[in-house]
Amino acid sequence: MTVDGKPATRGFSPIGTADAEPGSEVASLRVVPARHPWRWVASGVTVVLLAMALHALVTNPAWEWHVVSQYLFYETILRAVGVTLQLTALGILIGFALGTVLALMRLSPSPLLQAFAWGYVWLFRSVPLILQLLFWFNLALLYDRISLGIPFGPSFWEFRTQDLVGPLTAAALGLALHQAAYCAEIVRAGFLSVDQGQLEAAAALGIPRRRQIRRILLPQAMRTIIPTAGNEIIGLVKGTSVVYIMAIPELFYQVQVIYARNGRVIALLLVAAIWYLLLTTVLSIAQFYVERYYARGAVRMLPPTPWQRVRAAAAQLDAERRRRRSDRQRLDAELTGKEAP
Amino acid sequence: MTTTAMVEIKGIHKSFGPVDVLRGVDLRVRAGEVVVILGPSGSGKSTLLRSINHLERLNRGYVRIDGELIGYRRSGGRLRELKEREVLRQRTHIGFVFQNFNLFPHLTALENVVEAPVAAQRKPRREATEKALLLLERVGLSDKANAYPRRLSGGQQQRVAIARALALEPKVVLFDEPTSALDPELVGEVLDVMRDLALRGTTMIVVTHEIGFAREVADTVVFVDDGLIVEQGPPAQVLDHPRHERTKAFLAKVL
Repeated sequence: MTVDGKPATRGFSPIGTADAEPGSEVASLRVVPARHPWRWVASGVTVVLLAMALHALVTNPAWEWHVVSQYLFYETILRAVGVTLQLTALGILIGFALGTVLALMRLSPSPLLQAFAWGYVWLFRSVPLILQLLFWFNLALLYDRISLGIPFGPSFWEFRTQDLVGPLTAAALGLALHQAAYCAEIVRAGFLSVDQGQLEAAAALGIPRRRQIRRILLPQAMRTIIPTAGNEIIGLVKGTSVVYIMAIPELFYQVQVIYARNGRVIALLLVAAIWYLLLTTVLSIAQFYVERYYARGAVRMLPPTPWQRVRAAAAQLDAERRRRRSDRQRLDAELTGKEAP
Repeated sequence: MTTTAMVEIKGIHKSFGPVDVLRGVDLRVRAGEVVVILGPSGSGKSTLLRSINHLERLNRGYVRIDGELIGYRRSGGRLRELKEREVLRQRTHIGFVFQNFNLFPHLTALENVVEAPVAAQRKPRREATEKALLLLERVGLSDKANAYPRRLSGGQQQRVAIARALALEPKVVLFDEPTSALDPELVGEVLDVMRDLALRGTTMIVVTHEIGFAREVADTVVFVDDGLIVEQGPPAQVLDHPRHERTKAFLAKVL
């Protein structure tokens, strides 16, 4: 807080002592930071463009804002948002659980496990998600029954595929298995980013293997994993919209159903857009705090939260005001002091 | 001829692919003895140290600590490698201090020291914490207990690493060039801690280039070159009157 223009002027001393008189004069001058006129121009233009865009958005009746507000919290829409969230959660949870297993397989010394993990990632990354979803949706056509038992031997339980894998399960399964391929690579990148010496130190201390991974490896890998994982989660929130082809009542599908009935296409698309925006905003904020949590120990000073930043700025303004006031008072006192004798 | 050794190394061979790093090393270390291993880089001294706690697998030979075979068990005419869990249990008797400290950066100094006793020895956390605070005090860092490693200097980090190794109450502590990654002015504080350990009767095997430390603290100096022990003996003998040409040549370079 003490670092700003004014105190620095007091410390400033001119080079060379020959002309001490004019030097001491320079030392008392006020420091003015360089001006950036083009930065102001660019900022001004941006503000005007933004205002124009907002104006166009608000004044054009084609957006039908009253319809938007009417449907934004419509019960069917809210339920559809619920389904979207459910699909996202299932996709991410199962995706990351399976992805972590795949990453560990890929890093295991066994060539068979390595090859399997590589093959999985290859297959599920290569086939378009929409195709994968349709395969799961039509699983019953491929395998009429699913049974549990000894491999290639007798079976103890048998289910009709249609009963076991309904459309919602098929969608969650499809999203999760596809997601797992990406998650595997993200987790693997995280593991690779941790210094080999960390596991060696853990091994030298006799820390059990599972705990080495959970307590030493994962928390450090998280620093690398979280930003990419955030991308994936946000991607999946929107990605769930592809399951509309399976007629699952998630947000995008439901919006289409409604506008097919009432013809308010743009307004309802806007409703969906607003909800997606809202969900990703919440996730982005959550990501910020999760990242901060895993940064402990890794950076010397944690970056301030937005709230801390606001408070710091307020405190600085306050300090500046107080300093100015005391400067003024001192100046007044000096002037009156000079005049007095 | 003497009582049983705390550390007994017998005929160990180790190769990385075609490169023979250790070519038959024998070494006995008594309880409470301080052994300093000297040698040019690439001589195999680090590998020797890492073999002692089975961070490296051996091709031949064995290591015993307090009579227990490390990393293997004898079954008939063979040495069978132990399960990982068994090796991890054995390592709790062997402290290891790394050149690059390898502190866990996401844990505070205190948490670093508490981790192994809780995780590997299943000590109650309270008890482990009390012990850890005493150890941090002993290495002169009681005021840094809650600091993360990145906020500590190299010398402080290495002292925490020493406290972490001691927390398991090991039978022997291995030091792999503990001061090589430090700024010159920080070397002294780490050596002071090690000197203190030696005075307290800790069995230590130290790979280092600090000849002064070897002269002052070591009971035995071992000179390793090309995967073999060239000569060993009290510091006064090996450092001041080396018998072997290779020892002389090495000392001439580092002294």
